[in-house]
Amino acid sequence: MNPEAPAKKQITVPVMADLAARNESPEILFWVGCAGAFDDRYKRVTRAFVRILDHVGTKYAVLGLEESCTGDPAKRAGNEFLFQMQAMQNITTLNGYGIKKIVTACPHCFNTIKNEYPALGGDYEVIHHSTYLQQLINEGKVGVTGGESFKGRRITFHDSCYLGRANNIYEAPREVLAALDADLVEMKRSRANGLCCGAGGAQMWKEPEPGKKDINIERTEEALATLSGKADALANLGGVETETAAPGTHDLQGSIIAVGCPFCMTMMSDGVKNKEQEANVQVFDLAELVASAEGINA
Amino acid sequence: MPSILRPQTFPPYLYRMLQSILFLLLLVAAFGLFAWQVRKIRANILVGRDRDMSGHSAERFRKTLLVAFGQQKMFKRMTPALLHLVVYVGFLVINIEVIEIVIDGLFGNIFGFHRALKFLGPVYDVLMATNEILAALVIVAVAAFWWRRNSNPPLKRFTGPELRMWPKLDANIILYIEVALMLALFFMNTADLKLHQMRGEDLPGTFPVSDLLVGLLPSSEGTLHVLERLGWWIHITGILLFLNYLPSSKHFHIIMAFPNVWYSRLVPQGQFSNVESITNEVKAMMDPSFVVPPAPTAPDGSALAPTPFGAKDVDDLPWTNLLNAYSCTECGRCTSVCPANLTGKLLSPRKIIMDTRDRMEEKYNSPLIFRPNVYGEEAKHEPTTDLANATLLRGKVTPEELWACTTCNACVESCPVNINPLESIIEMRRFLVLEESAAPNSLNVMFSNIENNGAPWAFSPSDRFNWADDLFAAEKPAKVAVT
Repeated sequence: MNPEAPAKKQITVPVMADLAARNESPEILFWVGCAGAFDDRYKRVTRAFVRILDHVGTKYAVLGLEESCTGDPAKRAGNEFLFQMQAMQNITTLNGYGIKKIVTACPHCFNTIKNEYPALGGDYEVIHHSTYLQQLINEGKVGVTGGESFKGRRITFHDSCYLGRANNIYEAPREVLAALDADLVEMKRSRANGLCCGAGGAQMWKEPEPGKKDINIERTEEALATLSGKADALANLGGVETETAAPGTHDLQGSIIAVGCPFCMTMMSDGVKNKEQEANVQVFDLAELVASAEGINA
Repeated sequence: MPSILRPQTFPPYLYRMLQSILFLLLLVAAFGLFAWQVRKIRANILVGRDRDMSGHSAERFRKTLLVAFGQQKMFKRMTPALLHLVVYVGFLVINIEVIEIVIDGLFGNIFGFHRALKFLGPVYDVLMATNEILAALVIVAVAAFWWRRNSNPPLKRFTGPELRMWPKLDANIILYIEVALMLALFFMNTADLKLHQMRGEDLPGTFPVSDLLVGLLPSSEGTLHVLERLGWWIHITGILLFLNYLPSSKHFHIIMAFPNVWYSRLVPQGQFSNVESITNEVKAMMDPSFVVPPAPTAPDGSALAPTPFGAKDVDDLPWTNLLNAYSCTECGRCTSVCPANLTGKLLSPRKIIMDTRDRMEEKYNSPLIFRPNVYGEEAKHEPTTDLANATLLRGKVTPEELWACTTCNACVESCPVNINPLESIIEMRRFLVLEESAAPNSLNVMFSNIENNGAPWAFSPSDRFNWADDLFAAEKPAKVAVT
C-alpha cells in the first residue's frame, strides 16, 4: 500500500447506446449481469473489473439500463418459456448493436450466452473475465505489480460449476492467481471434481431442501481446512475417495478464498461468516485481486 | 474315451453327434432368447422422444474408444479402476477361449478334434497362459468387489435407499456367477491337463494355474474325463445363462456402455437442451410475421395429441435418457459426488436413473426377471398400487428430489459411461413448472422478478446502472524502470 494516497481519477463508464449514437462500436461489450449490477458485494467486482478495462485502455461498453437477465435462473429452474423470452429480448438488443465480442464476470451469464443463445439467433464470441484477465496478464498489459502484495498469502480457488465442468475452464483462473505470486493451495475437490457452492440451478433463490447440512457450509469447511492445512479437518470431508497428503498447519490469518462467480461469492462469504472466520479469511473475486495487485482499486 | 460315458451298445459317433446337436440347440436357444429380450428393451428405449444424434462420427468414435473401450473415466479412482480393468480384460480375452469352445462344441465332437485353436502354436501357449492368469486375477478382483459391497460398513456409494433388495442381490449374483465361471474354466483345464499327463500325452497350450491344481484331482481317467466335460459344459452353459441374465441386470452395462457413450452429448455440459415448440411460440409473440410450423401429424394425417412441456413419464424423455437407464451399472459415483446428496438431501442421481429403468419395464416391456425397486419407508410419496398411473414423476421421483439439484454437473462428469442424470432432472422440472405451475413459491417470486424487473431479485430496473456512479480508480503511479 502506498503511504501517500495516489491521485484518483473518475471513470465514466461508456454505454452502448451512446457509442451507437456516435456510430462507434466497442472492442468488447462488458456484460455486467444482475448480480454485478444489483448485489452490493458483487458491484465491487464490477467496479474493479471496469478499473482494469479502463487501465489497459480497452475500448469497451456496457448495455447499462438495456441489459436484462440472461434467463439462466429461469432455465435451470425449468421455466423454459421465461428463459426464451429473456433470451430473445437480449439477442434483439445485442444484434441491434452488432455486438461481436462479450466479456462477463458471471459464469452463469457466460454459459447461457455462449452455449444457449446461438440456437436462438445470438452468435457472439463470449469470454469469461478469468480468461480475459489471463490474456491481459500474458500480454503484459497488466503487470500485477505496484499495488497490494499477495506474496506468501495462502489462496485457494473455488471452481464455479458453470465455468469448470460446464465449460472446461480450469486453468485461466489459476494462471491469474499464479501471477499474484501468492501461496496457492488446492482443495481436495477441485477442477472437474470441484464441489458446488450450493447456489447453482436456481438454488440461489430458494431455501435448500431438508438435509443434514447446507452445501456452502460443506464447501467452506473444505476451503478452511485446506487453507489451515489441518489434517483432521480434511479427513472429515466426504465426496472423493482419494487420500489426503499430510499438510502442515497454517494460521488462517490473511488467507483468501478466490472465486470467479457472484453466486459462489455469496455462498462462500456466508459460509465464512457461519464459521466465524470473517476476521481471518476473505473471499475475493479474481478481478478484485488483480485490481488490488495492480494498485488501481481506489 | 472312457467306457462309462460310452455304453458299448451306443455307437461312438452317435454319442458325439448327440453332444454336438445338444450344444447347437443350447446355442440357438440362448441367442434366440437373448435377441428376444434385446428387442423388448430396444422397443422400450424407442418410446422416448425423438432426438437427432446422427453425425459427428469421427468424434463419437474417438469418444467411444477412449471412454467405453479405454475406460478413461474409470481412472479417476485408481483402486476400483484397476480391479475393474482386470475383470474387463479378463472378459475380453477369455471370450477368445469361448470362441474355441463354440467351435469345439459344434464341430469338434463330430470331426473328433479338441481345442480347435491349438494350430496357433506358441500363440496358443501365450493365449492359454494369459487366460489362466487373468481368470485367477478375476477371482481375486471379484473377491475384492464383494468385500467392498458386503463388508461392514460397505463402501458408502454401495449404500442408499435405492441399493437395497433386488439391486443389492443383483450385484452379488453377478459376482457369484463370475467366480463360478472362472472355477469351471479351471476345472476343465486342470482335468484335461491331468488326463493328458496320465496318458503321457502333451496338452497343447500352457496352463500356469491349472498346473498347480493338478494334484487336487483324482487320478482316475474316467473321473477326470467326466470332470473335464462337466467343466466344459458348466462354463459354456453358465456363459449363455449369464448372457440371458444381463437384460434383467445392471450388468447389461457391459453391452450398453458402448452405444450409450457413442450417443452421448458432444456439446459443453453447461448447455441445456432447447425446447423448439417454445422457441416457435416466443418467436411468434415477438414477430407477428413469424409463421409457426404446423404441428406434426400422425401417418394417417390426423392430429396428434400435443406433447407436454418437459417430462412426466418415461415416454416424455428423449430416447437417449432411456438408453442411459439401461447403461447404468449402479456404481453410485454420481450420487457420491452430488452436493445435495452429500449434505443429506433426498436427491440421488443414481436413483433417478434406476427409477427410469424400473418405470419403463413397469409400463412397457420387461425382461425375464423384473424386480422394481421398493423404497419402503424411505419413499417420500404414498405407496401406489395403481402401477399404470404411477408415472415417473411423482410415482417414483418426487419434486423434493428434483428441486434439490444445483445443476452442478458433478454427476454427469463422474459417470464412467457418460450417463446424464441432469437432463432427466431438468425435463421433469420443466413439467412441474410449465404444465403444473408447481415450482416452489420462492422460485415463482424469482420468475415474476425476472418478468417485471429483468432481474431475479426485486430491484428496480432503473437502478441497474447505479453501480457506475462515483466510480474512481487510483491513478497508476508511473512505472519504475527495471534495471
